[in-house]
Amino acid sequence: MNRSLSWFNVTSLVLGFAFLYIPILLLVLYSFNASRLVTVWAGFSTQWYAALLENDQLLDALWVTLRVAFLSSLAATVLGTLAAIALTRYGRFFGRTMFSGMTYAPLVMPEVITGLSLLLLFVAVGMERGFWTITLAHITFTMCFVAVVVQSRLITFDRTLEEAALDLGCTPLKTFFVITLPLILPAVLSGFMLAFTLSMDDLVIASFTTGPGATTLPMRIYSQVRLGVTPEINAICTILIGIVAVVVLLASVLAKRQEKMRRRAEQIAARG
Amino acid sequence: MAMAGEKGRGRLLVIAVPYLWLLALFLVPFLIVLKISLSQDVIAQPPYSPVFDIAGGWAGFRDFLSQLSLANYGYVLSWDNEFIAAYGSSLVIAGVSTALLLLIGYPIAYAMARAPKGLQPMLLMLVILPFWTSFLIRVYAWIGILSPEGFLNQGLAALGLIDQPLEILNTDLAVYIGIVYSYLPFMVLPLYSALEKLDGTLLEAAEDLGCTPFKAFWTVTFPLSLPGVAAGALLCFIPAVGEFVIPDLLGGSDTLMIGKSLWTEFTVNRSWTASSAVAVLLLVLLVVPIVIYQNIQARQLEAGR
Amino acid sequence: MAADKARTQTIGAVRRTFAPWNDPTATPLIRFENVAKRFGEFVAVDGVSLDIYEREFFALLGPSGCGKTTLMRMLAGFEEPSAGRITLGGQDLAGVPPYRRPVNMMFQSYALFPHMNVWDNIAFGLRQDGMPKAAIKARVEEVLALVKLEPFARRKPHHLSGGQRQRVALARSVAKQPKVLLLDEPLTALDKKLREDTQFELMDLQMSLGMTFLIVTHDQEEAMTVADRIGVMNLGELVQVAPPAVIYEQPATRYIADFIGDVNVLETKVVTAGAEGVELASEKTAYPLHIAQPLDAAVGDTAWLAIRPEKMRIALVPPAHLADNCFEGVIWDIGYLGDLSIYHVELACGTRIKVSQPNVSRLVERPITWEDKVWVTFSPDGGVVLTR
Repeated sequence: MNRSLSWFNVTSLVLGFAFLYIPILLLVLYSFNASRLVTVWAGFSTQWYAALLENDQLLDALWVTLRVAFLSSLAATVLGTLAAIALTRYGRFFGRTMFSGMTYAPLVMPEVITGLSLLLLFVAVGMERGFWTITLAHITFTMCFVAVVVQSRLITFDRTLEEAALDLGCTPLKTFFVITLPLILPAVLSGFMLAFTLSMDDLVIASFTTGPGATTLPMRIYSQVRLGVTPEINAICTILIGIVAVVVLLASVLAKRQEKMRRRAEQIAARG
Repeated sequence: MAMAGEKGRGRLLVIAVPYLWLLALFLVPFLIVLKISLSQDVIAQPPYSPVFDIAGGWAGFRDFLSQLSLANYGYVLSWDNEFIAAYGSSLVIAGVSTALLLLIGYPIAYAMARAPKGLQPMLLMLVILPFWTSFLIRVYAWIGILSPEGFLNQGLAALGLIDQPLEILNTDLAVYIGIVYSYLPFMVLPLYSALEKLDGTLLEAAEDLGCTPFKAFWTVTFPLSLPGVAAGALLCFIPAVGEFVIPDLLGGSDTLMIGKSLWTEFTVNRSWTASSAVAVLLLVLLVVPIVIYQNIQARQLEAGR
Repeated sequence: MAADKARTQTIGAVRRTFAPWNDPTATPLIRFENVAKRFGEFVAVDGVSLDIYEREFFALLGPSGCGKTTLMRMLAGFEEPSAGRITLGGQDLAGVPPYRRPVNMMFQSYALFPHMNVWDNIAFGLRQDGMPKAAIKARVEEVLALVKLEPFARRKPHHLSGGQRQRVALARSVAKQPKVLLLDEPLTALDKKLREDTQFELMDLQMSLGMTFLIVTHDQEEAMTVADRIGVMNLGELVQVAPPAVIYEQPATRYIADFIGDVNVLETKVVTAGAEGVELASEKTAYPLHIAQPLDAAVGDTAWLAIRPEKMRIALVPPAHLADNCFEGVIWDIGYLGDLSIYHVELACGTRIKVSQPNVSRLVERPITWEDKVWVTFSPDGGVVLTR
């Protein structure tokens, strides 16, 4: 579908994006406020960023969060990719319906249920709660997101490429690493990024499955927010948004460059 | 059959590893929740009874079964407690929010699908981008906007529209705003992907056959976008029913939502058995929409095979 | 020039005399023995037996879904037969995975690895065999020269035109010097002109490499142009295996007659049948029909006369010694194709037959026009009698 935009369409877009972005912009703006009051502008200042560096609790939480996110998204990428292959490639197998159910259900499962059930599991098996239980919990719910992302790439994957490799004498395992994986890598990487962000972002599941000594950044932010709104939180939020913005921008610039090269190549091919 | 053996082993490994993981960390935990919801609280470690002991054998198992009871469900479903009201109000809040999301999200998705092809990737990214920033941060941002001395009240007062600040924060209205804001990308994306696939010549054909553009929208575009509507609605409705962060940070003390009730039961009342019963009942309430959602997902992702 | 001529002459000599399928002492390279393939309820290939000989260019022809691709994929090793046996050079292929079979395939989509350049695509198969680097280099360069793609060696597939991609796919599949090259609809993605040129290039390549080629196609012209023999498939069965001219002129069944080229099929009754010829009678015409074809049939049996549009003559006046092999009718429609015209003639009974005539003069006004009364005649060796 591709037709001209009416004034109604343009208005929907402008209002929609204003709704999505104004709260974030205000948040960023007031992280540079000189006043302790979050809603009254009193001049530009970076004092809250300086204060962040003094806040050991917050920095500790950030470190825990990054470690959990890195480990869990790495494992989730492997498990999710395997699940995606099983679901797209292996046709029917015993218990397939249950498997696909377990893969898609966590996408919409209310977090309180996932969190509570995992906590009760860890208690039942007598596992000491903390860093590792959060990591296990995050692997479980983020691997399903990876599976969906990779699966949607795999269904459009041209399987004759794999058959061609087999035909030319390449073993199935080697074919996966030499042909399939390089070609689905963008999807696997965006699955990884998604898992990383979801893990960094999670408050509820981490709160259920954590133990003494392992406080993640969202948990720390949450407990501070409950005490009241402070510019310090605005500052840390701004940093997080900044990191995401830079990464996304970089990814899109790279994608655009690749697209441009592909277009040029097609033009060359058309002429040749 | 050397090949079948080789292929079989690889295949088994690829299926078994994620399968066993999900069984152990997704399905088994639910069974444990179910079991604990039928147990009683005790002051011990773990804080519930009976504890299933495999060493007890068959007699131990019978003994274990006889100690299970529905007492927690009686507690949760009693009118004296607020759980029933919380379930009801969660469904209402999630339902109304989903309707609002559809009303707001559809025109955005529709405009995106009609935008020039070159512009579409950028618009798509603008919708996805907030999703990459922390959910908690986005909810937090609204506290500053909706509070009595917040930006909204400042703005309205500056325009001379109000004398007294409006009480929005800590009300159900703030919860609605928070849900619509946080879930908007989840509504727009499936709608956009359904509308974007729509063949523009269908609309031209409808208009050629004498349909006004308005009528063509309702007789061609909208029916064809229904799978996207269903996917978007379920993707928002199901998690919204169990939402905890938004009612906790934006809602008031009288805002009842079951996710918050469960949290309170667990962290404040410290009753693991009652919170398990709350979780089981919530799952029972959501099982139909979840199964429908799974089928839509499976059909979408596996149709291409 | 002289060398070219010499080569053409040897190719011509080989082409003229190549017919191992008529030699009872020749051993086939590939044998399909009662091969069947079922996908659940669906029978894709139903008991096919077929011998293909070394250096043969064999075409499997049939409409989509007839099982020809499945038959080829079983030879490549992508599907296991549900029943029957496939042997290659005497070796049973059951259980041999595709990556250990001495056959290579050129895919319909070409299946070029998009993340590798032309050189690496062609070298891919050689590298799997652990060939020394220098040998790989020599072989890739040799094959690149064969398909005239040396200047494009460092390009990625999406930097190439459709015809170039097709040649890379071909080069990649011949690089390992397989015993058999399988070609799955290799030319469908090319436009008509390029396709026709490439058909002749493929034939030359097959001759000069001395390889056995098995091509799967739904394009009858392509099959007739390139192949030594054609196997026509329908609904999972092999219905006729023969050289192109035999398939066209002496089809075994009405299905084949109708599938290959244009044909008029008329239901008739056998009047006399013998070793020297047949006489048929039809409700479509008052004249007896004589066909110079031995036929083993009883008097009164139903038989079908299949006659191609170009095998008939059309005239505005009855022929001088009119006794048999004639239809009378009225011109219903005319299709002018430039080199020839197709006339649709309506017979008295309402049946319409197609007759084509070469346009030998440059007159724009044709003498025969709509609603003219015409006589359509043919010689006894123009038609073929079919009992199936």
